Amino acid sequence: MIRSRHWFSKTGLWLGLFFLYAPIISMVVFSFNNSRLVTVWDAANSPTLKWYGELFRNEQILGAALLSIRIAAMTATGAVILGTLAGLVLVRFGPFRGRALLSGMTTAPLVMPEVITGLSLLLLFVALEQLIGWPATRDVTTITIAHITFSMAYVTIVVQSRLAGFDNSLEEAALDLGARPAKVFFRITLPLIVPAILSGWLLAFTLSWDDVVVSQFVAGPGSTTLPMVIFSKVRLGVSPDVNALATILVLIVATGVVASSIWMRRQERRREREIQMAVAANK
Amino acid sequence: MAERRNDTKKEPWRDPSASAYVELQNVTKRFGDFVAVNNVSLKIYQHEIFCLLGGSGCGKTTLLRMLAGFETPTSGRILIDGRDMAEIPPYERPTNMMFQSYALFPHMSVAKNVSFGLEQEKLPKGEIAERVGEILDIVKMREFAQRKPHQLSGGQRQRVALARALAKRPKLLLLDEPLGALDKKLREQTQFELINIQERLGVTFVVVTHDQEEAMTLASRIGVMNRGEIVQVGTPSEIYEFPTTRFVADFIGSVNMFEGQLIEDLPDRVRISSPELGGVVYVDHGISAAPGANVWAAIRPEKITLSRAAPADTAENCATGVVKEIAYMGDLSIYLVKIGSGKIVRVTMPNIERLADHERILWDENVYLSWHSSSPVVLAQ
Repeated sequence: MIRSRHWFSKTGLWLGLFFLYAPIISMVVFSFNNSRLVTVWDAANSPTLKWYGELFRNEQILGAALLSIRIAAMTATGAVILGTLAGLVLVRFGPFRGRALLSGMTTAPLVMPEVITGLSLLLLFVALEQLIGWPATRDVTTITIAHITFSMAYVTIVVQSRLAGFDNSLEEAALDLGARPAKVFFRITLPLIVPAILSGWLLAFTLSWDDVVVSQFVAGPGSTTLPMVIFSKVRLGVSPDVNALATILVLIVATGVVASSIWMRRQERRREREIQMAVAANK
Repeated sequence: MAERRNDTKKEPWRDPSASAYVELQNVTKRFGDFVAVNNVSLKIYQHEIFCLLGGSGCGKTTLLRMLAGFETPTSGRILIDGRDMAEIPPYERPTNMMFQSYALFPHMSVAKNVSFGLEQEKLPKGEIAERVGEILDIVKMREFAQRKPHQLSGGQRQRVALARALAKRPKLLLLDEPLGALDKKLREQTQFELINIQERLGVTFVVVTHDQEEAMTLASRIGVMNRGEIVQVGTPSEIYEFPTTRFVADFIGSVNMFEGQLIEDLPDRVRISSPELGGVVYVDHGISAAPGANVWAAIRPEKITLSRAAPADTAENCATGVVKEIAYMGDLSIYLVKIGSGKIVRVTMPNIERLADHERILWDENVYLSWHSSSPVVLAQ
C-alpha cells in the first residue's frame, strides 16, 4: 500500500517536471545544434557555440535587448511609485468614498485580456494625439506608459499585503517622538516596506520584459522590443539563434532566482539564531 | 532623593490652590454609535503616577491616546500645562508614550531607536550621543546599544522602549500596559524600577493597566474606569478600603457583599438587616442614604476572623457556617465558608504560626465568622 503510493507520487512528480521543463531543455539542447534546421540534429558538428557568436554580432537583437531593458527598468520604477501610493491609500485611508471603486480599478488589469488593454491604450494615444498633439509618435514612451498601466496592479497588491501586516504603532511612535508625517514615511514606513517594493519592482520588470501583446499595439517604427523581435523572427520560421537567445534569458533568470533564494534563506537563519541567543541570554 | 519622595507625598489633589498639570474637561469620544469615553473630567498633578485601571474595552486606552494626540475628543477639552491640546498634533505635544507592543523600530539599533526623538529636535551630534548614553545607563542597557530589537529579550525590549520614551525628557510620560508582556517575577522587579526612575527624573506618569496589583504598587492615585466612565478616583488605599460603588469594591481585590435594608441610620453609626447574612451588620461610621433603602455591606476577606469558639457578641457582625473549601497559599490560607442562607463567604487568614494539624480549622467544621464594626463598607449602588 505504502509502496504503491510512493511509486504513484514519484511518477506524478517526474511527469510534472517533464511537462514543465522538457520544452525548455529541448530548446537549450538545440541552441548548441550546428544545423540551420531547428528540428534536425547535426550529430557530426554539434555541439557548437556558433549561434551564440552570431547572436552577439546581430545588431538588431542587441539593440532590441537594450531597449527592452530600458523600458523594463523605467516601467518597474514608475509602477513601483504609483503602485506603492495606491497600496498606501487603500490600506491607510480607511473607508473613504470610492474606495471599492479604486480597489477594483487598480486590480482590474490583472484579469483584463491583454488584447483589450493594448487596443484601448492605442485608441487613447491616437485620440490624445489628435486632441493635444501628444504623443506625436508611438515609441518608447508609449510602450512604457502602457507597461506601467498593467504592471502597477501587481505592485499594488504586493505592497498592500505588506502594509496590512504592518504594526501601526510604529508610525505612531515616530510621530510621538516628534517626527512630522512626511519624515515618518521616509524614515519608518518606507524602509519597512522596502522588501515588498523590491519584489514589486522585479515583478514589474519581468512583466514588461516579456510582454508582446500590449507592446505590439502601442509600439511604433524604431521601437521594437526583444520579445517583438523574437516573435517576428519565429513567424518567418524558427532560426537557431533564437534558441541561443532564449537560453541566455533562461540562464539569467535562473541565476537571479537561485541567488536571491539562497540569500534570503541565509538571512532567515541568521535572524533565527540571533533570536534564540537573545532568549537564552535572558535566562 | 528623599525630598522628592516627600514632595509627592504632599498629595497636591487635596490642595485646592494647586494647579493641575493635565486637565480633562467633560471629554467624550464616540466611534460611530459606540461611546468609548463618556464625559470624563479629571485632574492630574505634576510628579504623579496616575493609573487608569479597568477591564478591556473600558476606554482607558482611548483616553491615553487622546492625551498623546492619536485620537481627537468628540467633545470636551484636554489641557496639558494650561495649553489647550485641540489643535496640537502628536509631534508637537510635550508628551511621550511607551506603547504596549513597545513599537521599537525593527530596522534600527537600540541606540538609533533612543536617539530618534532627539534627532527630530536637531540637537548637535555630540549632545545626542551623550544623552543616549545617559538614558541607556539609567535603564541598564548601554552594553546592548548596537543590538537590533529582534536580538533582545522581552524585558530588554521593555527597557529600550522606556529609554526611548524618556530620552526627550518629556514632562508627561504615557505608558500603555507597560509591564503586560513580562512574566510575573520580572514584572514585580520592573515595577519598583519604574517608580525609582520616575522619582529620579521627576516625570509625571499616566499608566494604563488592567492589572489591579500593578496599579496598587505603582500609583499615587488610581482612576477606576468602567464603560467609558471614571467611577472612582483615589489613592490605592482609598480605593481598596473605601470603594464607593459595588463595581469598584468587586474589581479591586475580592470582597463579600451582603444585600440588606438600613434599619438605623445615625451620623456616627449604621445598622443593616441582611437576610443574606441572616443577621445584622453594625457599622461604626455614618453614610448618606434614606432609611429603609436597599444597600450592600462589603467586607474584605482578610477582615473577617474565623473561630471555633463563639465571639463575645454574637448578636451583630457575626455569622455561623460550615467550611467548604480550603486553599493553602503558603503566606495565607483561603477559606470558603457556607453560611445559613447558603451564601459562600470568602475568608483569608494569615499563616503566622506553624499549627499542628489538629489546631487548624479543617473541612466541614462548624465555625463562627466575625468582624470589627469598622470593617464593613456600606454601598448604596
